[in-house]
Amino acid sequence: MEWEVVIGLEIHAQLATKSKIFSGASTAYGAQANSQACAVDLGLPGVLPVLNQEAVQMAIKFGLATGSEIAERSIFARKNYFYPDLPKGYQISQFELPVVGRGNLEIRLEDGTEKTIGITRAHLEEDAGKSLHGDFQGMTGIDLNRAGTPLLEIVSEPDMRSAKEAVAYMKKIHSIVTYIDICDGNMQEGSFRCDANVSVRPKGQQELGTRSELKNLNSFRFVERAINIEIERQIDIIEGGGEVVQETRLYDADKNETRSMRSKEEANDYRYFPDPDLLPLEIDSQQIESMRASLPELPDAKQQRFISEYELSVYDADVLTSTRQMADYFEAVVSASGGEAKLSANWVTGDLAGTLNKESKDIQDSPVSADMLGKMIKRIADNTISGKIAKQVFEAMWQGEGDADSVIESKGLKQVTDSGAIEKIVDEIIANNPAQVEQYRSGKEKVFGFFVGQVMKASQGKANPAQVNQMLKDKLKG
Amino acid sequence: MHNKTLSELSDALKAGEFSSSELTRSYLDRIASLDPQVNAYISVAEQSAMAAAKAADKLIAAGKASPLTGIPLAQKDIFCTEGVKTSCGSKMLDNFISPYNATVIENFNAAGAVMLGKTNMDEFAMGSSNETSFYGAVKNPWDINKVPGGSSGGSAAVVAAQLAPAATGTDTGGSIRQPASLCGITGLKPTYGRVSRYGMIAFASSLDQAGPMTRTAEDAAMMLNCMAGFDERDSTSVQRDVPDYTATLSDSLEGLKIGLPKEYFDEGLDAQVGQAVEAAIREYENLGAIVKEISLPNTHLAVPTYYVVAPAECSSNLSRFDGVRFGYRCEDPVDLEDLYKRSRGEGFGAEVKRRIMIGAYALSAGYYDAYYLKAQQLRRLISDDFSRAFEEVDVIMGPTAPGPAFGIGEKSDDPITMYLSDIYTIAANLAGLPGMSVPAGFVNDMPVGLQIIGNYFDESRLLNIAHRYQQVTDWHMRVPDQFK
Repeated sequence: MEWEVVIGLEIHAQLATKSKIFSGASTAYGAQANSQACAVDLGLPGVLPVLNQEAVQMAIKFGLATGSEIAERSIFARKNYFYPDLPKGYQISQFELPVVGRGNLEIRLEDGTEKTIGITRAHLEEDAGKSLHGDFQGMTGIDLNRAGTPLLEIVSEPDMRSAKEAVAYMKKIHSIVTYIDICDGNMQEGSFRCDANVSVRPKGQQELGTRSELKNLNSFRFVERAINIEIERQIDIIEGGGEVVQETRLYDADKNETRSMRSKEEANDYRYFPDPDLLPLEIDSQQIESMRASLPELPDAKQQRFISEYELSVYDADVLTSTRQMADYFEAVVSASGGEAKLSANWVTGDLAGTLNKESKDIQDSPVSADMLGKMIKRIADNTISGKIAKQVFEAMWQGEGDADSVIESKGLKQVTDSGAIEKIVDEIIANNPAQVEQYRSGKEKVFGFFVGQVMKASQGKANPAQVNQMLKDKLKG
Repeated sequence: MHNKTLSELSDALKAGEFSSSELTRSYLDRIASLDPQVNAYISVAEQSAMAAAKAADKLIAAGKASPLTGIPLAQKDIFCTEGVKTSCGSKMLDNFISPYNATVIENFNAAGAVMLGKTNMDEFAMGSSNETSFYGAVKNPWDINKVPGGSSGGSAAVVAAQLAPAATGTDTGGSIRQPASLCGITGLKPTYGRVSRYGMIAFASSLDQAGPMTRTAEDAAMMLNCMAGFDERDSTSVQRDVPDYTATLSDSLEGLKIGLPKEYFDEGLDAQVGQAVEAAIREYENLGAIVKEISLPNTHLAVPTYYVVAPAECSSNLSRFDGVRFGYRCEDPVDLEDLYKRSRGEGFGAEVKRRIMIGAYALSAGYYDAYYLKAQQLRRLISDDFSRAFEEVDVIMGPTAPGPAFGIGEKSDDPITMYLSDIYTIAANLAGLPGMSVPAGFVNDMPVGLQIIGNYFDESRLLNIAHRYQQVTDWHMRVPDQFK
């Protein structure tokens, strides 16, 4: 039988506010346990939540960036359950009326096909603390630094039909939230993570199959693997005559398997009700318009502009706009190079990206700044150096040996364009290699490359390749 | 000294008749000798009180005193107080010392007031008789075999017994007004949002409101001047100017339109209480007021609505008492579930557990629409009744409680009868309106109160109306013999 896969994602994006969503405590990552939890975060008797307006602004920006509805009035609700790292015994979230409503997102797959994925809603909520199970002599330690950190939970429609689509969607959301600067996107620190709802059904069937929810997937790779494994598991069950049960499952990256966490029967009744400590959140059009004005250019628009303004290929534009940092870097390179867009694109997606990748560095930490790279490209364009010599210059800049001009100067890498000097070398090479000259003249044109190589070698790579070519052609004609 | 009202004490301190230290000492001595009869204090803060009094004396000497500087006060044990135990009347918090002060406490501290101690109360403010306290029942100073009302029974008793010149209370369904009525003192529940709830341990967040419990309306005005105001730490507090509540106390009542809801004078009301209220209304007519019968047709829905909304909110508010971070923790828990079950099972009393169970039930999947949602709809109907009434009249008057204080133990096995003690007070909480109880006579030697309900933020008017009545009556100045 042919199976169709149905996937919906719930993405949790930690909002990059300075303080928590309902208290003034700092949200900085990595501080000493419980040093960033104030009376409100600890859920002490008598404390009350006060909504952080910065979190609201970020939610509005997300709504605008995804063309989603923004609710004029939304409600904070309490989700009640007991857990030691949930200090109040309830999580403040949004239930019936979320701040962001229905929207749509275009995704592009690796093979170039495009697809629209529906966004059901996005709501604001607070994160819980962390339970630490090691190092406490059989007890559990609680760290409440994370308690009260603002999250935007972004819920998709069940519109994805493969793990690859799910990853493309998640990457798109990741790119948007980092572009609009509402989330640092750091998946290792848990700032961006997702739960995946996965089910399968016979192709053509309308009704959805029973789903399982895969919890806390915190890398694109894990999302793809976990979903694929879960799809296989469900198909195996059904083909074996069994039934999939609705449950929450955990992905174990080490064993590359999913395992049951709790079934539907064990699920909590969260007893949601509107939080009486918080007024309804009201957002007026003025607030929305001021947020709209503060929005940066979004990935799709930027990609279109790169294609038209810099005449880049769709592929290059896609790669260069994958993060805001890379796009900003690229544009700074183009500007410093004097408008050499194509060369700049090749260098940013080629040597720079490769070297960054090799050394596991982010573009914002590149030892070669956009300005340095742009000025080097300018020297390629004005024939001061050849593309080949440029690789040496780039390497030297990476090692901290200064900018392009000083590297060219100190290493004597300036291209030789003096035709007298080049002619001298050409004549010498022709004179010293009569056999090859003979071969060339008898029609073996492949030997031409040999002469170019010899001339370049003799000039230590500095001879202008175009001049060398021309001169060799003229002289070898005989 | 202890026979003086707050305003008299304030004048005497400024005139140098005695110092705050002397005044505070005299109250501490009275508490030591007389409180055992009524069990109205959970904690007495002798050291910090004397230190605060000394500081207040310096301010007074320097001419920097505000009206409450150096005045000793009792605080309901529901307000978090740094360094002094805040138990909320529960075993759950018997070991809890708050690391911070409630906004109300901060306001009194800033005014230079002195905190004598923390008053007894029904556990987590759940009760109408003060019998649910972990620290034992408070006794009514007018008859120690009777209840003082609740949940602010300790505060009512300390004012009635002159163990503090004034106290704070909180009112979720009548917890200021009903004990004020039963103890013969003046109590004001302000408009919801008038006084910050920050640091006040939550029972039912959408209903809870703090207010003054005093001998006179003038004293209540002085207290409210200090308590009221917007607090950025409480999102439900209202950003609105605070008038000087003492400035309009003596305004004329000529032409004041008083509404008497016929539903408040039905067969559930003790006939003699009804007569006392009617006598008070006649005094108002003498003062120039016009009386009119009105109807609040949804009155009968107030108690059932309240007993869905309040337990629902409390079931969630009290989840934080789990034995994990503070408060009572059971001995030797074997695992997490055991820790939760036994800490909560042993730490909470029967009435609190009853309300948590009712509330959790009302919010659970499949019942939410039938209970919680329905109750919210009824709440709106009850509010609408008042809105319509205030188109016709300026204030509403009636009894505060259906009868005078009842015997200790008399209703404690019958929650429904107990819940009906608040039948006339609950509606104001559901609507968020301000309400007052003013001493209006005695029935079988026990005090009874007149309730005055005003429109939103009409506290000035309520205090004015109460004050003018107190200028022509002396019910509020009566003191039980053994506490004179």
